Amino acid sequence: MTTASKTASSRLPDIVGAAHVSTDPAELSACAVDGKLPTVTARPGSTEEVIEIVKYAAAEKLALIASGARTKLGIGSSPERYDVALDMTRLNRIIAYDPGDLTLSVEAGTPLRNVAEALAQHRQFLPLAVPYFDRATVGGSIASGVDTPLRQFYGTARDYVLGMEFALGEGVRSKSGGNVVKNVTGYDLHKLMIGSLGTLGVITRVNFKTFPMPVASRGFVATFESLDHAIEMRNRVAQSPLTPMTFDLLSPRVADLFSTPAAERLATSPMPAGVLSPGHWALTIGYSGKENVLSRYEAELRRMAAESAADNVTVLADRVRAAAFAFKREFIPIVLDSTPATTIVKISVLPARLKDALTSAIKAAETNQLRWAVMARSLGVIYFALLPAEFNQASHRQAVATTNHILAAGASFGANMTIPWCPSEWKSALKIWGPERHDLAQMQKVKKVFDPLGIFSPGRFIGGI
Amino acid sequence: MELRLVQDLKKLLGSDAVLHEPEDLVLYEYDGSVEVARPNCVVFPRTKEHIVGLVGIANRYRTPIVGRGAGTGLSGGALARRGGILTIFSKMNRILEVDVENHRAVVQPGVVNADLSAAVAHTGLHFAPDPSSQKACTIGGNVSENSGGPHTLAYGVTTNHVLELEMVLPTGELIRIGSSALDSPGYDLPGLFVGSEGTLGLLTEITVKLTRLPESVKTLLAIFDTLDDTTETVVDITARGITPAACEMLDGYTLRAVEAYVHAGFPIDSAAVLLIDVDGVRDGVESQAEEVAEICRAHRAREVRVAKDSRERDLLWKGRKNAFGAVGRLSTTYYVQDGVIPRTKLPATLRRITEISERYGFPIGNIFHAGDGNLHPLILFDARDENQLKRVIAAADEIIQFCIEMGGSITGEHGVGMEKDRLMPLLFSEADLDLMRGVRDAFNPIGLLNPEKIFPNKKGCGEIHIRPLPVAGASVA
Repeated sequence: MTTASKTASSRLPDIVGAAHVSTDPAELSACAVDGKLPTVTARPGSTEEVIEIVKYAAAEKLALIASGARTKLGIGSSPERYDVALDMTRLNRIIAYDPGDLTLSVEAGTPLRNVAEALAQHRQFLPLAVPYFDRATVGGSIASGVDTPLRQFYGTARDYVLGMEFALGEGVRSKSGGNVVKNVTGYDLHKLMIGSLGTLGVITRVNFKTFPMPVASRGFVATFESLDHAIEMRNRVAQSPLTPMTFDLLSPRVADLFSTPAAERLATSPMPAGVLSPGHWALTIGYSGKENVLSRYEAELRRMAAESAADNVTVLADRVRAAAFAFKREFIPIVLDSTPATTIVKISVLPARLKDALTSAIKAAETNQLRWAVMARSLGVIYFALLPAEFNQASHRQAVATTNHILAAGASFGANMTIPWCPSEWKSALKIWGPERHDLAQMQKVKKVFDPLGIFSPGRFIGGI
Repeated sequence: MELRLVQDLKKLLGSDAVLHEPEDLVLYEYDGSVEVARPNCVVFPRTKEHIVGLVGIANRYRTPIVGRGAGTGLSGGALARRGGILTIFSKMNRILEVDVENHRAVVQPGVVNADLSAAVAHTGLHFAPDPSSQKACTIGGNVSENSGGPHTLAYGVTTNHVLELEMVLPTGELIRIGSSALDSPGYDLPGLFVGSEGTLGLLTEITVKLTRLPESVKTLLAIFDTLDDTTETVVDITARGITPAACEMLDGYTLRAVEAYVHAGFPIDSAAVLLIDVDGVRDGVESQAEEVAEICRAHRAREVRVAKDSRERDLLWKGRKNAFGAVGRLSTTYYVQDGVIPRTKLPATLRRITEISERYGFPIGNIFHAGDGNLHPLILFDARDENQLKRVIAAADEIIQFCIEMGGSITGEHGVGMEKDRLMPLLFSEADLDLMRGVRDAFNPIGLLNPEKIFPNKKGCGEIHIRPLPVAGASVA
């Protein structure tokens, strides 16, 4: 045992109780981040306990990584140091939910599923339909900054998080924002926490705007032989008065990926048959409203599909649509599960460059003989998955070459590029944060204010933050 | 002989772009609030290089520098509280790029809000944030204050529409944050800078999202005989999961003032009206309008009118957007409060405001964004009477205190500025404020940029490390 681990394990029981501290090897390895193990895990039961742990970690200069269901800990660089795994799952209470005001305040460790159930009783929901939805917690979903298919209509977390409470610095409890839907009081520090991978502090509570469930929804899927035709339809819809809830492009291989038992397990239902066809691109569109609105959407979408040379068109009734939606939501876990070395490049471009970005990424993958699959948001966010059949030296070389090529090509049209998911062992060789950022110096200033001692998830963020 | 500072400013910008005579400066000691602060000089830069140069001069003389758009702000955000150089962006008012296909525009900070929407109207797009001052206020000001407006109920406030910013930091660095493509990697710096009230950087370029205009809009005017019926209607609309594009309330007092000024056809004998927009695809708008009308009638609306055409709709909205001006005709001065409450608390809060109005003897007009619980009580008073000014602030504070008790906030869209810094401890602990100050100091280390805004001064510690300038016009060798 190192000195750090001795002190850590000797003080933590006083704070959280012996039952909530563990140095059991199985527990430690369950909390591993990129293969790096903590020396101790602690499960605080309150914000006060989180603060005490942070104070203690600050005094001992121990590196903390907070986590919930640990479904998104693979995102980001490997931690430089890792002493204490802060398991937030005991902070799992809904503090306040006011259906009449459409506001919600929850502790960070609360499972999204519990939130969804509470809201559903009032026919409301949170558009935080993140991957690993069945297990994910509020805090992890926010800190990892992952997007969802619902961003097409509802935006991302920054658009519906109203305020936050967090622990930072040397054990300070702080907050920003509030619990009302409109508020400009003070700096929006909570926006900085979204997607910060725990590098600024520990999120303890999040306030959200909730949304009424649509009266009825439908899904529309059009399949295409070529990417060109799919993009053509994408453009027609984008230029129309229609305002879909979800709007994603799926590549030919996705039909196969969605029909495996593992995929069905992740999506918790079978993929509706005959919706996607292997070898075809697909545009999947969700929309909602009253019957006459749904009919209008269907008519317009059918017309646009025909004008764009779609092969096949399917309209999904609400329940089938929900099942198909779950597959889109779980795209990332499904492709990660499909090979031992899946590497996903996230490429964000202006919508007009979707085709260029896809074409050049596909070329890079095929030149390097890598299989690939794509889910792309119509708004210009591409998840380009490389699917090497094996995890070995050869596939490593192929992945490095392919991603370097994608990065170089993307830079020419102003793309944001990162590699959020890849084998841990490859992280040092892949440029997982993409091209150098000109605003890195400003981010470093922020980090220093929140975490002057460098104890929160050190090294996991962009530029070594 | 002129101040050397003035000479340097003139050398940088040309002498016609620098004001420093007291009779000129007095025009810039006000904004839309009741605050007053006189700058030492007023400058009109034309380029980002000018901004870099100005920040350099501010640093050299250790004098404050404050950005200002059209000066329509309602919290003293763009006033030179500690004097110094007031930097007006009205000459940096070019729309640099409109990208219709990608729904983006790049603008200089001095572009007037409504001008951008007008410039892209033929493409079927618009810039969604629509403050009532949109015919005058600038996008730079909107970004600094994170401005809202009636239609932010459905479309979001400024921060939901800003992607990338270029600015000059108080240290003189020209930086860019965010990106035109979505999901700029790293911390959400635009999320921090939007709404930072000009305390972190001076904007030079702004990339915004443009939003498609809805296919169809219907404007309803629901007329009520009691305030309670009006507010209960708003609560019910929200509770039933209907999100109108806008849901504004005007009380009888304001209505009469507006009607006398704009002749929009508002009923002057009613207790209050709701002005509601529903929009979206044609097919849905009709039934949603009917649904909203039903709710209004269920709460005893005397009448629900639907604007027949865009002319009628524009007239009703003109009435709403000119309401502050209309009230200005009734009283030499008014104080606008900007509290936020959870929407279910509207009926109780309006009752409390009425009670406060009676107790203090000030007429209070209520015209506000009811749909998101953002109140704007206008307290009419005579600013020439110092005692009245004190009492009006006491009345406004009582309203804010009540908003906080209801679980609300001290400002929904007007900002903290120099008006509400002293109220910040009502919402935030010293630790919360210290963290925010820490962020400010990281970007604005010696407090040259827009000093003494947002955060109350800490007791016994001079947070501003700048020396006072002699008054403008004084002769210095």
